[in-house]
Amino acid sequence: MPEHFDILVLGAGPAGLAAARTAARSGLTVGLVDEQSAPGGQIGRRPIWLRPSRLRPSRAFRETIDALRSDSRITYFPGERVVACEKGPALVTETPHGCAMLTGGSLILATGARELVLPFPGWTLPGVMALGGLQVLAKGGWPVAGGGIVLAGSGPLLLASARTLRQAGAQIHAIVEQASRQAVLRFLAGLPAWPTKVLQTLAFAPGMLRMGYETDAFVVEALGQGVLEAVRIESRGRRRIVPCSYLGIGMGLIPNVEAARGLGCALEGNPHPAVAVNAFQETSQRGIYAAGEITGIGGAELARLEGAIAGYAAAGNLTRARALSARRAHWMRFGAHLMRQFALRDSIRQLAEPMTIICRCEDVTLGAIDQVSDAGTLKLLTRLGMGACQGRMCQPALAELRPRYRPGATSGIPRPPLFPARLETLAGLAPGEPL
Amino acid sequence: MNPDLIVIGAGIVGAAAALAATQAGLETVIVESAVPGAGVTGAGMGHLVILDDALLALSARSLELWRALPDHAGSEYRNTGTIWVAETADDLAGLAQQSIHLEAQNVTSRLLDGASLQALEPDLARDLPGGLLVPDDAIVYAPKALAYLLEQARSAGARLLLGRRVTRLTGGGVRFADGTTLTGAVLVATGSQGSELLPELPIAPRKGHLVVTERASASIRHQLVEAGYLRTVHEPGQATVAMNVQPRPEGQLLVGSSRESGIQDPGVSPGIVARMLRRVFRFLPTLREHSAIRIWSGFRPATPDGLPYIGRIPGRGQVWAALGHEGLGITTATGTAELLVDLMLERRGRIDPAPFDPARRMLAP
Repeated sequence: MPEHFDILVLGAGPAGLAAARTAARSGLTVGLVDEQSAPGGQIGRRPIWLRPSRLRPSRAFRETIDALRSDSRITYFPGERVVACEKGPALVTETPHGCAMLTGGSLILATGARELVLPFPGWTLPGVMALGGLQVLAKGGWPVAGGGIVLAGSGPLLLASARTLRQAGAQIHAIVEQASRQAVLRFLAGLPAWPTKVLQTLAFAPGMLRMGYETDAFVVEALGQGVLEAVRIESRGRRRIVPCSYLGIGMGLIPNVEAARGLGCALEGNPHPAVAVNAFQETSQRGIYAAGEITGIGGAELARLEGAIAGYAAAGNLTRARALSARRAHWMRFGAHLMRQFALRDSIRQLAEPMTIICRCEDVTLGAIDQVSDAGTLKLLTRLGMGACQGRMCQPALAELRPRYRPGATSGIPRPPLFPARLETLAGLAPGEPL
Repeated sequence: MNPDLIVIGAGIVGAAAALAATQAGLETVIVESAVPGAGVTGAGMGHLVILDDALLALSARSLELWRALPDHAGSEYRNTGTIWVAETADDLAGLAQQSIHLEAQNVTSRLLDGASLQALEPDLARDLPGGLLVPDDAIVYAPKALAYLLEQARSAGARLLLGRRVTRLTGGGVRFADGTTLTGAVLVATGSQGSELLPELPIAPRKGHLVVTERASASIRHQLVEAGYLRTVHEPGQATVAMNVQPRPEGQLLVGSSRESGIQDPGVSPGIVARMLRRVFRFLPTLREHSAIRIWSGFRPATPDGLPYIGRIPGRGQVWAALGHEGLGITTATGTAELLVDLMLERRGRIDPAPFDPARRMLAP
């Protein structure tokens, strides 16, 4: 029997937590589903959420977590991965032990973002990984200390990751920011409009310089025999080799829109589409809301506000929702500021060579991709995007490297399961039950 | 510049026919409105299998022709063999009959008792009474097999016209969407869209689902099909499922099969997928814990009597059909091509064309 809630919230990051809290505060029952075992989302487990001096959560975050624990109207389902969404709405989830179905009066999608990694020679060597993956390793107790780490890409997450990794005992050999020095200075100069961001930045600043932060630089090649041993860094036209055991890559964030797309929600933007929403965070599908990074990258503060608006609006509390719109606009400007100053330079899109693998699941090289001319043939002949990650990694990269394969051309309605699911889960669905 | 033969449809059947026609000396043009293989060809499993029914002779000859293709590695051809798996003693008796029928076509097969079945495929349920191994059956990756056939046809001299849609047959050739025409004999090989150009030939799409698993160290080595599979093929109108599992070279499994008639919606139907998987677990209980990464559906072009239309269309001059292969188009593409060219050149071939004659099923105009 499916369990029913007034509101279903998918994702327990900043947006999902805020949505659950405001919906519950409006008197509704909330089912909050998250694939992680602890709340906070991808970013929540990073120091951007922590006070600069102590490893304690910020007050807003603590309050939200407390609400989650104490508010009997919120039922929290940690460690449950949604394998299918259905209009209705309903969620089919999978746990380590079985599967379940949840139904709701309305649904708030807060599925967050993932890192963009653009392929370059050597990027598939063991030791090269996305910033998030590297942090998970460090926090999971994997010995990152001693070997030496280079972090490369763009944006403030580089610094946030550096802090976490240092706390785990890692030696950071370089932090390589692709944006120009002028762009980073323009970013900093614009920050006083958002005072909390100034404080966060000040907290990072001393460590930054010690850890070798440099602008106008990017990794052009990862080097090693079977495993990462060094990276080649290009900075202002000069190249040098830096030895390291790990390379963390984060070239920005892209919205996780798969569940929304599967539900038929309209998307907007290129090359990495976000979920289109109205002033109340409602998508093109009635009763389905979206909040946080999936509606456009803007950071945790914006995600919290959008989540709160979605929670109030889904609960019919439109006055409260409207009252937050000015603050949302303020933080949207921060998101735009961030995206503008840390826009990727074009040379990063030129690094991949014909032998560079673009789709890791199916071992498809850029050379093989360039032998065909249309998206349909590409999929059929190379199986690009058909592997375990279902294109989550390679499709955004390809959209950057080869604009003719931007979403729309290559992506139809995603088919279930949203994430790999046990065959037994899929077999448990009786005829007539939505998948 | 007008060709001898215009093949409409660059799916596996059209491509094989174009190759055979070109090799027989016919000036051939292949016309495709979309992407080669975007129809039935790209949706299937790519199992080259000899079926013990009215298609026995055609499928057996087709397998010979597949094996004879030069350098078919480009098709990702792999000689996995098929094991037909019995669930009951009756199934096993049926497989013994099947073995005799195959032998009459010079196809080797070997009956397996429960223990030998277990030894060959330890993942199969222990209570199964036995099976039939057909060692020469094979698998291909159909889109690659198609690309390979198209390339062979092209290097033999065939021309490929992509992005050109034929809107109607003119009597002596075809008319394209842009108003231009091409004169020549015509072969309609447009799979499930065959009725658009030849409304007199009834074709009903039969929906199927496939599940593909994550790469894992599955120990399955042969294509496994339950003995009752053919019963599900020959039950028109019913929604049927049958265990049909293929090990892919990359370590993935393709898990099928289902058949539903009268459905146009290409979306995944969770109910039938659930039924299909439960049927598969009856034979392969350990598959429960495997992870599915994707489910998709496709439409098999089915004819009312289950046999393809291969031959000339009465009353239309030099208009030919190679349509309605249901789920066996990849396998029988090569045999269909040979049969057609024999008919076109009025040669006596190895396969009796009578059962496939389109005249048998023509609707009144």
